[in-house]
Amino acid sequence: MRILPVGESALLVEVSGGQEAEALHAELVRRRAEGLLAVREIVPAARTVLLDGLAEPDRVAAELAAAQVPPVLPRGERIVELPVRYDGPDLGTVAAHWGVPAREVARVHAATEFRVAFCGFAPGFGYLTGLPERCHVPRRSSPRTAVPAGAVALAGAYTGVYPRSSPGGWQLIGTTDAVLWDHTRVPAALLTPGTRVRFVPVGRVGGS
Amino acid sequence: MTDRALAVVRAGALTTVQDLGRPGHAHLGVPRSGALDAPAAALVNRLVGNPVTAAVLETTLNGCALRPRSAVTVAVGGAPCAVSVDGRPAAWGAAVRVPAGALLEVGAAVAGVRSYVAVAGGITVEPVLGSRSTDLLSGLGPAPLAGGTVLPLGRPYGPHARVDVAPQPRPPAELVLRVTPGPRADWFTPRALTVFTSRPYRVSPAGNRIGLRTEGPALERARTGELPSEGMVLGAVQVPPDGRPVVFLADHPTTGGYPVIAVVRHRDLPAAAQAAPGTPVRFLAVGRR
Repeated sequence: MRILPVGESALLVEVSGGQEAEALHAELVRRRAEGLLAVREIVPAARTVLLDGLAEPDRVAAELAAAQVPPVLPRGERIVELPVRYDGPDLGTVAAHWGVPAREVARVHAATEFRVAFCGFAPGFGYLTGLPERCHVPRRSSPRTAVPAGAVALAGAYTGVYPRSSPGGWQLIGTTDAVLWDHTRVPAALLTPGTRVRFVPVGRVGGS
Repeated sequence: MTDRALAVVRAGALTTVQDLGRPGHAHLGVPRSGALDAPAAALVNRLVGNPVTAAVLETTLNGCALRPRSAVTVAVGGAPCAVSVDGRPAAWGAAVRVPAGALLEVGAAVAGVRSYVAVAGGITVEPVLGSRSTDLLSGLGPAPLAGGTVLPLGRPYGPHARVDVAPQPRPPAELVLRVTPGPRADWFTPRALTVFTSRPYRVSPAGNRIGLRTEGPALERARTGELPSEGMVLGAVQVPPDGRPVVFLADHPTTGGYPVIAVVRHRDLPAAAQAAPGTPVRFLAVGRR
């Protein structure tokens, strides 16, 4: 674990990988809930957790350096099921990367239990981990100027769902009608860091 | 709608509703947003008797024109500009009474970039996650003003301030930004670090509420490859592949994959919000406190 100062009031805690970052994030959220950590933002990411809005960053850094963070993921987080039609325009490209037929992409994806490793890019956009390394795919070489809301997409180690229409460079494999973000709902984000996610297929692979 | 409302006659280049923003949601990908020149927004609120949490209007370069449906007290501050009511000059940086149906004109900034318009009672559009701020990155909050937009107003909180003209800092002729190196200074060559804190930059016209872009010498990386996405803070100086530093302002993305060479002191960010394109910029390395 490496603790990097960020400006006057933040710390970036760097760990060795995604699982470690998820475990550290869970531990820091637990400490905040128990009143052991006063911090405005806890932002997990691929290999780091950012603590922003610290009154005494040096003291927190010393505490973290001395602490033992359990490297285990918490169990029993809520599970969210997202209905999905595997009808994305890049399904064939992904199948070619994996070296399998398109329907096998859908089968593997729907059989995987994902976790929200972190959020970013847009409100309610979660970076979901769970696919094995052989299923990681590159981004598209040229991003689309408009990806529709509800598009289920892959890039690198991650699966994501576009909460609203936006430009995007991920490989689109399907579509969900689930509302990922609704600021009039509590909570506004369907997917929050730590949430477990399953995709439940509806309709035929390749469109219905 | 009641007559506690403000009709937009001329929206200007970019006029948005802003308050203190919506911090605390970065882990969901929600930017903090809020007035870029927060002290100026707080000052105009105080001038009309509002708490600092009230929502104000933030203009960009060429002001705006507004017509209240009932008599209101307003104050304009931040970037200096001409203020008039039905064509008659009115005070900048002080409370001004605008009669019902009169035209309040907030002129183009004569220096700086962003003027702030507070109305007694505040702009009371529906809050989103506890804030009325327009967030240009993620589209949360009300849309930027357009001609014909009607904004609801709250009831005045109390008497306005009894001052002739409140002192306000002048927009910077040169923008000096004190920076603390890191967290990714080691992604750059030692020469790049020296160039960054010794050579002059200029404010690029391509900047916006997301980031202050600069023009100047490109900063050379010591390592290639991609940095996995990581959390970003207000004032982070991110260096995209073109090597020109970008200072993250209120609507910045909550995570990003370009290395952050340094972080600007929060106290220096209001001046950054008022630095017009072409303003010289100097990054000054300081310790963390």
